[in-house]
Amino acid sequence: MILGIVTRSGRALPGLPRFGVQNVHRAAALIGVILVVVHMLALLADPYAQLKLVDFVFPFLSDYRAFWLGLGTLAFDILFAVSLTGLLRNLIGSRTFRLVHWSAYALWPIAFAHGLGNGTDSRHTWFLAIAIGSAVAVTGAVLWRLRTDFVEYSTLRLAEGT
Amino acid sequence: MTTESTYAGLLAACSPDLATHTALHGHYPRSSRGTLIRLLADAGLHGKGGAAFSTARKLDSVTGRRVVVIANGSEGEPLSDKDAVLLERAPHLVLDGLQLVAHECGSGETYLYAGSQQLHFLRNALQERRTAGLTEPLVTLVASPKTFISGETSAVVGTIEGRAPIPRDRSVHSTVAGLKGRPTVVHNVETLAHIALIARYGPEWFRTRGLGDASGTTLITLSGDVTVSGVVEIQMGIPLDQLVTQYARTDTPSIRAVLVGGFHGGWIDAQDLPTTTMTTTALVTVGASLGAGVIHVLGHARCGLKTSADIVEYLADQSARQCGPCINGMPRLARALSEIAYRSGSVHTQESIRYLADLVEGRGACKHPDGAVRLVRSSLHVFQHDLRMHAAGACEVNTRMGAAS
Amino acid sequence: MSTKSPKVLHIDWTTCEGRGLCTELLPTLLTRDEWGYPLPHDRRREPHIPAELETDAQRAVKLCPRASLRVLSGQDR
Repeated sequence: MILGIVTRSGRALPGLPRFGVQNVHRAAALIGVILVVVHMLALLADPYAQLKLVDFVFPFLSDYRAFWLGLGTLAFDILFAVSLTGLLRNLIGSRTFRLVHWSAYALWPIAFAHGLGNGTDSRHTWFLAIAIGSAVAVTGAVLWRLRTDFVEYSTLRLAEGT
Repeated sequence: MTTESTYAGLLAACSPDLATHTALHGHYPRSSRGTLIRLLADAGLHGKGGAAFSTARKLDSVTGRRVVVIANGSEGEPLSDKDAVLLERAPHLVLDGLQLVAHECGSGETYLYAGSQQLHFLRNALQERRTAGLTEPLVTLVASPKTFISGETSAVVGTIEGRAPIPRDRSVHSTVAGLKGRPTVVHNVETLAHIALIARYGPEWFRTRGLGDASGTTLITLSGDVTVSGVVEIQMGIPLDQLVTQYARTDTPSIRAVLVGGFHGGWIDAQDLPTTTMTTTALVTVGASLGAGVIHVLGHARCGLKTSADIVEYLADQSARQCGPCINGMPRLARALSEIAYRSGSVHTQESIRYLADLVEGRGACKHPDGAVRLVRSSLHVFQHDLRMHAAGACEVNTRMGAAS
Repeated sequence: MSTKSPKVLHIDWTTCEGRGLCTELLPTLLTRDEWGYPLPHDRRREPHIPAELETDAQRAVKLCPRASLRVLSGQDR
């Protein structure tokens, strides 16, 4: 999430040029998607979870902890769409890309809630520490995103559009 | 073909109706496909919309099926009136030209893009043609907004497609893929009128209408410090001093400079008027252009730098605001020139203006900044002396007027 | 006789937001103006891409976050 926001700013990071930020963002996103898929496959194989294939696509249909699981499914649906726009970046128009890719901002809190609600380790301190740390970092990045001087050079440029 | 002795001029018709048109120029000249391009190549006709591109070459570059032909009469140039006058006085010449080009390209779908005021005359003309049986091809009238940039080729295509009237990024020429991806050819309405006449009287006739090596005639709009203003048909190749004395009835001693082409054109110093002819090559050599056929005279009572600065401010304001260098660079360029023109002791110099001009040139989806740069460079050259005076807090105008009284 | 036509870099100015990735990947071809937008060293509308930079140019095309770049054949330019 943070790397995506930094990418949008057009800024470099210490030791990482702009094209590097872009590449790391894409790599990290890809790794994230793979981890989620592993997580889903593991659940499929888990007899205790009792999940059907349809539960991985359509949210809120399962029997076991329907709401929190549904959030997870919903998060994956959004992740799928966001990843698709990322991969097909050069083929789809910029308006379509922005519209769908922006749903990443919805993706994160939904996935976060799913992790807290469904997680088997959500009582443990280490898990909560990671969760709070992530929340603080992402919230900080989003607040930074909302600043008017967020985009590099924005203070030196005139606004676009009539 | 009609005999040339009956030809009276592009704007000769006393009334825009079909009967007058037919009586004056004869019936619509039918020809077989393939002959028009040859006629136009032999005639040496160049586009009258600003780029002055060879009309035959443009038509030749159109290949493919389902070609679209667009007549562009939007005339975004504030100092130009010729397209409006032509559409109101001789709509049938334009429509003949449009039909001829459509037939040559095998096109069944054409558009005419002009201001809503002019479309009124075209609606009547189309109705007359329908009644007379000249119905093919389909002509769709599209109203153009009153902005400077709305006449740019991709902006024209965009507006007709129902999108914003601003230029688009083009990696492929519109003659290959334009309106809805189809091969599209856009001609200025005056170019089409000339085509209609060349098809009747022949290329040789057109060639002899010009002076010297130049071919044909062209419409210009006279404005500024002149005795006679308005739209007039002149011979290509005419020396500029003869142009202003004969048509604007203005003595050259009363002139400081002439803006030729329009806001994307260039200034010609009064002393260069006799040696500069109304041809593409001659004008480009002195940093001007044929452009939209604008002849705007600057007398001794007006400051050339102030006039130029006002033009560049307008051009900056008319930016489509899509491209970074234009959005940011054009206002800076305008402000730099305005400061030198209007305020004494400005921090801006010729060098800073040239730097900004170099920065915006060639960086944008269309040639809007390039046209502005042409104007800026020519004003720095022609009003060189005035620049020095402005830097010292004075102005050529005060000196001249002071000396005169 | 070489049959390879020279390549040029086409910038879609209507979508370019001057993020500067291309200027990092093609420093010998592009620099940045004071507003951050790419400025070709050769000041052409579509800068020529020398053969040795073709791979870097393709990389820039893929990485541009606004998909504003294209490598075109220089034939009619």
